[in-house]
Amino acid sequence: MATYSTSEFKAGLKVMLDGDPATIVENEFVKPGKGQAFSRVRIRNLRNGRTIERTFKSGETIEAADVADVEMQYLYSDDQFWHFMNPESYEQMAADKNAVGDNAKWLKEQDVCIITLWNGVPLAVEPPNTVTLKIVETDPGLKGDTSGGGGKPATLETGAVVRVPLFVQNGETIKVNTRTGEYISRA
Amino acid sequence: MNNKTSGDWRPTAALEVLRLRARLLESIRAFFSERGVLEVETPILSAAAVTDPMLASLATRYTGPLFPRGQTFFLHTSPEFPMKRLLAAGSGSIYQIGRVFRDGEAGRLHNPEFTMLEWYRVGFDHHRLMDEVAELVMQLLAPTQSLEAPERISYREVFRRHAGLDPHTATSADFAAAARERRISVPKDLTSQNDLATWRDLLLTHAVEPKLGQGRLTFIYDFPAAQASLARILPGEPPLAARFELYLNGIELANGFHELADADEQRARFERQLHARAAGGQAVVPVDERLLAALSEGLPDCAGVALGFDRLVMLAAGARSIAEVMAFPVDRA
Repeated sequence: MATYSTSEFKAGLKVMLDGDPATIVENEFVKPGKGQAFSRVRIRNLRNGRTIERTFKSGETIEAADVADVEMQYLYSDDQFWHFMNPESYEQMAADKNAVGDNAKWLKEQDVCIITLWNGVPLAVEPPNTVTLKIVETDPGLKGDTSGGGGKPATLETGAVVRVPLFVQNGETIKVNTRTGEYISRA
Repeated sequence: MNNKTSGDWRPTAALEVLRLRARLLESIRAFFSERGVLEVETPILSAAAVTDPMLASLATRYTGPLFPRGQTFFLHTSPEFPMKRLLAAGSGSIYQIGRVFRDGEAGRLHNPEFTMLEWYRVGFDHHRLMDEVAELVMQLLAPTQSLEAPERISYREVFRRHAGLDPHTATSADFAAAARERRISVPKDLTSQNDLATWRDLLLTHAVEPKLGQGRLTFIYDFPAAQASLARILPGEPPLAARFELYLNGIELANGFHELADADEQRARFERQLHARAAGGQAVVPVDERLLAALSEGLPDCAGVALGFDRLVMLAAGARSIAEVMAFPVDRA
């Protein structure tokens, strides 16, 4: 079992915390001049996304998490799984609902995503920062906009709903920022 | 060399901050010169080392004339021992500005080598020395900060105020409850141990320190006797150490003592610390016999203090990390 001691702590280190894989967000070395040294860390649980604070005595060790990020191409989804392929080895992998979460609405066939693997199993799926998707439903948008340039909702081919400007029409493809869920431009 | 490190030759401190550093050093020298305190220099390399289990010394090796087979020398963690030998030799009040070294310490407020201002005042006790520390620090920070009058609070009182307990009588269960109430995460092996010193340091660093020195200098004094280090123990129940620390903006800036002058008591403390080091798997280091010999000869009644100069520059410059006030911290050394 690989372990890390507190002096190896740094942002991005993947460790096991309370049985779950986690990543260190921030590590602060704290020590009274003549007293005990501590590592005070902010650490994010990679399963539930929650960030908590933990304190370790200097010299304590923590189990390493076998977590790695790999780039994989999204293929298709069935009822339960989202299927991805390594574009170099053609190895395929299935991610479940917990791993994909809300990001399912951004997944388009052929797009390359970052899959976080824990012990070889997908733990999280991150879509590209920007995706290009087709509008399948939106109002013509010529009437009724009283919000002063707020645009209108548009449903995209993957099921995501984003606000788009009034001039964007059904059947057009647009670029969307997946981190903010905001329209960027026509594609 | 790869591209990632190609900017590493540059200083991490702005040149303006380095100029401020130089001005502060000048002001410190003027302050002591006016008061007739003598500037001294003592060796960085020492055949003996500090025994305190909370301090780890770096070491190097000299080989050549005088030591043809080689001799290990420890880089001092503070100039305290040789300065006390000067005091015992009749130097009178003295100060020193120099680099000190600590293994295992790096972070936002720590660098393994840093600049310490250390001074000793013959005939002072720790309260009189606190007056002088306040005067110096207020004077140095005056151009950049407007601070209210300094405050002085006992170690017991700061714990009562900010951790809700009496640090001298609390049990580990009391500390655990106080930590839980304040949502402080407790290191896992601490819950199972009756390690009161570590409990105090946990609450001190997580609950107390952040509240200290808000807009004014805060001195805390009269520490638990178990954390006396090189301070005298004051008679009374519980016994307290004649020790103080100074905080500003939640940052520990200085640590001072009414100095222990009893050679036998000092030897006993060194031995207890060596036992603790051995038990904790730390290096058992040679005791400074020359310091003990000087104490046997007679240390004048005095108080001494060590002040982290880099942290003082941080406060004067409004810097968030020690790297912002050092030309080259250890990762660019």
